[in-house]
Amino acid sequence: MAALNRKLLRDLWRIKGQAVAISLVIGVGVLMYIMYLSTFYSLQLTRSTYYERQRFAHVFASLKRAPLSLRNRIASIPGVSQAETRVVVDVTLDVEGLEEPATGRLVSIPEQRREILNDIVLSSGRYIEPKRPDEVIVSEGFALAHSLQPGDAVGAILNGRRRSLQIVGIGLSPEYIYTIRPGDLIPDDARFGIFWMERRALAAAFDMEGGFNDVALLLMPGALPEAVIEDLDELLRPYGGWGAIPRDLQLSHWSVENELKGLQGAGVAVPMVFLAVAAFLLHVVLQRIVAVQREQIATLKALGYPNRLIAMHYTYWALAISLGGTFAGTVGGALLGRGMLAMYNDFFRFPILTYSVEPDVVAGAVIIGIVAAIFGANSAVRQAVRLQPAEAMRPEPPAKYRVSLVERLGLGRLLSQPARIILRNIERQPLRSLIAVGGIACSMAILILGTFSIDSLDLMMDVQFRLAQRQDVQLTFVEAVSPAGIHSLESLPGVVAAEPTRSAPARLRSGKNVRQLAITGLPETAELYRVFDVNSMRQVLLPRDGMVVSTSLADVLDISPGDEVTVEVLVGRRPVREVMVTDVVGQYMGLAAYMEIDAVRRLLREGPTLSGGYLTVDSAYLPELFRSIKETPAIAGSGLKGAALEAFTETFAENIGIMIFFNVLFASIIAFGVVYNAARVSLAERSRELASLRVMGFTRKEISAILLGELGVLTLLALPLGMLLGYGLSALVVKAFETELYVIPFAASPPTYAWCALAILVASALSGLLVRKKLDHLDLLEVLKSKE
Amino acid sequence: MTPEASPSLPADTEIVFEAVGVTKVYDMGEVKVHALRGVDLRLYASEFLVLLGPSGSGKSTLLNILGGLDLPTDGRVSYRGRNLSGADDATRTEYRRLHVGFVFQFYNLIPSLTAKENVALVTEISRNPLSPADALRIVGLGDRINHFPAQLSGGEQQRVAIARAIAKRPDVLLCDEPTGALDITTGVVVLEAIDRINRELGTATAVITHNAAVAEIADRVIQISNGRIASERRNETKLPARELRW
Repeated sequence: MAALNRKLLRDLWRIKGQAVAISLVIGVGVLMYIMYLSTFYSLQLTRSTYYERQRFAHVFASLKRAPLSLRNRIASIPGVSQAETRVVVDVTLDVEGLEEPATGRLVSIPEQRREILNDIVLSSGRYIEPKRPDEVIVSEGFALAHSLQPGDAVGAILNGRRRSLQIVGIGLSPEYIYTIRPGDLIPDDARFGIFWMERRALAAAFDMEGGFNDVALLLMPGALPEAVIEDLDELLRPYGGWGAIPRDLQLSHWSVENELKGLQGAGVAVPMVFLAVAAFLLHVVLQRIVAVQREQIATLKALGYPNRLIAMHYTYWALAISLGGTFAGTVGGALLGRGMLAMYNDFFRFPILTYSVEPDVVAGAVIIGIVAAIFGANSAVRQAVRLQPAEAMRPEPPAKYRVSLVERLGLGRLLSQPARIILRNIERQPLRSLIAVGGIACSMAILILGTFSIDSLDLMMDVQFRLAQRQDVQLTFVEAVSPAGIHSLESLPGVVAAEPTRSAPARLRSGKNVRQLAITGLPETAELYRVFDVNSMRQVLLPRDGMVVSTSLADVLDISPGDEVTVEVLVGRRPVREVMVTDVVGQYMGLAAYMEIDAVRRLLREGPTLSGGYLTVDSAYLPELFRSIKETPAIAGSGLKGAALEAFTETFAENIGIMIFFNVLFASIIAFGVVYNAARVSLAERSRELASLRVMGFTRKEISAILLGELGVLTLLALPLGMLLGYGLSALVVKAFETELYVIPFAASPPTYAWCALAILVASALSGLLVRKKLDHLDLLEVLKSKE
Repeated sequence: MTPEASPSLPADTEIVFEAVGVTKVYDMGEVKVHALRGVDLRLYASEFLVLLGPSGSGKSTLLNILGGLDLPTDGRVSYRGRNLSGADDATRTEYRRLHVGFVFQFYNLIPSLTAKENVALVTEISRNPLSPADALRIVGLGDRINHFPAQLSGGEQQRVAIARAIAKRPDVLLCDEPTGALDITTGVVVLEAIDRINRELGTATAVITHNAAVAEIADRVIQISNGRIASERRNETKLPARELRW
């Protein structure tokens, strides 16, 4: 081994504490990079294989009812390679062990197994057998939530009649990777399940014999979904078509896609913060090393070592530290990535989730490790190259100090001598002080970024479930009913108050922008389900005419108050009307449009009908109410606030706990790395000065106070900056994660800031104490004997 | 006084260094320090030259310029006819690497490398070097080759530095106060090593020192004072290093 490389290894060993601290920071950055991106690629790869093998459709459409004879015309639309017509119906389930009603989506499948679109993968059991109309295959999530096995049965209300569905198999479909009930916040496997059922059996139960109400299309390579959708909509319009959607807007695909984008974004953005801090640390440490070794560098130059070799030597320092961290981070990232992917199994249902770390991802990690090293080493290397050997042979001149700002302001007499030393030292190297402050602030920002979500979720739940939705139960009728329907709701057991709602599925169009949703019609001064503006934190009263839309919808359609939107109603006589937007309200739950209930009725050109209602219920009567709902055929579905809240908390509490643990760990590593390195460098630079003070009679405590006092000042300066940075970073992330479906509010409460600050202070104090131990072993005579 | 004025020099001896009118001014911001004020000097092949002067006289600056570590503000320096005063950094680096051996007052060993490795530092980048072990044997440290600098005495460290300087078989050996940090006994050992290399390998050697006693072992002595050459003399009889006293 070349002598210079031996020097490198031995020198690195001497600064191992600092090297490890920096490696850790880089390691965490790389770990997150590997973890996020390997999970991203694993999910993406699994998904695309799954889609291909099970022929996941490109276009989806639902309609009221069309004759089967239409199928051939659909299949001959140019660009369509395979067309599947189905019967899809949502029903109320009565599951043993679950008091409240659940929703089951029945999806028709052929009697004889063949290669259909959105095909099922059986994870256990078998396919349905002919002539057994009650046999079903149930989705895996629902089966797991209720410990259902082939051979078990689930009760369901099919068109008013209670049936016992015999489970023969448990399966998964690419159509329901993300199995969420429309309108729900998060998947609730216990209360929403998919049941694949023989087509004729299903059709018979819902008067759909010889017909279908759902279409899925697989397109030929290169075919444009937009063109196909146009033709399909044309064909389905007479049959109550609700408008076809491309794969991009299919709920499950869309959700998975959003998550993938989030992973990819986080996988690139978050590690950058760590690597920037690591580059800063390398910068500080290497500058110090070049300063300490200036005579060695001069000697090497005197011996005829060219600048190139010297530059490489100091670049290797940075590379060794960085690649050490990269290696550890890669291993850690691969381990945690596996766990992260497993966590996704709670949300996404794949037949098999294969975890793999792609060579590209590892190569990316190595490249960013190298880039961080080169950035970090850059200025030190240039300093080493610039060093004039003749000059460097002479001892370094005493550092230039000046009277500090506080003293210049005339407050000097308030300061003790040690305080002066601290302040002058911070001011002497403003850039380094700034970098240390910046580094600590970064760790604080990461901590805030990792913990603010608790406050955000609290706020979201508070607004959503306490201020906006004050009902206990939401019911939807199979068909819109007459005004008397409200009385039937009021007379359900335990109902304290009931409010009607009339919703109208519609397509909203403004210029080129189109979205399909249900317009919610509510009483002007609704008491239970209130249109709530999260910006002003106030209820918005609905106008007699016109429409109130959520910010997300306004953004998507590019509309503002005063604009008119074209509303194409997708039910009944399908009227098309221009409606004025009167207000845009901030909402957490994505796309929404509200109108006064009578305005909706006028839009639909019908009398005082209602499609559902919101109820408050005396909780003592809940079991009885649930029983009634299960037995009322006219009720198609029910939403229970308590259950939603429970599912929400359950799903997030566990994951958020894990996330916060890692965030605190990672942020502490940065804080520790920054403070430890700053302290070590200060100690190295000033051991002579501090030893001199000891010789003069200063106690260990007093010189520790000088060294650690400086770090304390820097840490305290960093805290407010970190809060600002964390605020900005979180706001950015919130913006980046904003989707059509939901907007996460950014809300960090004072206690959160306080906890974050405390964590940083503790990490700083710990690293300070480690360095203090070194200070206790300061060899006074040795330090004073050295010639510098 | 110029070298030409010295009558006793053999006219046919090859000139290794030639400095003409070398001036060096350090710009220290508010003050300008004139380290050298027009120095003319020659160093001949196989010669042992001592540059004598008090500290601050400019002798280290002169040595640094001769060794290609520094550039003169004015004047001309050439090495075997090649101009050094205008050479760029890469050329001077190459020059140091191939031709010059340096010995410094504070040894300038790399503390993290053993004696042998410190010498290897040079042999690895030289053409046709001695082996590190051989170089260390020449300075009498054959049994200390695996010691780190911190495990060696000052004199031993300086001899490692000398071994490092000669391992490349340099054309010139430039020593800056090689005994400055040493007591007399160890200083003598170091000077003996330098003297022996000059005699046995024929390496042109320039030693700068403020210690007048050291001058007795030289062929020629140049006295420098206040950035100028104050006097020059040849020693008719050279003393062996071990007879030096100071």
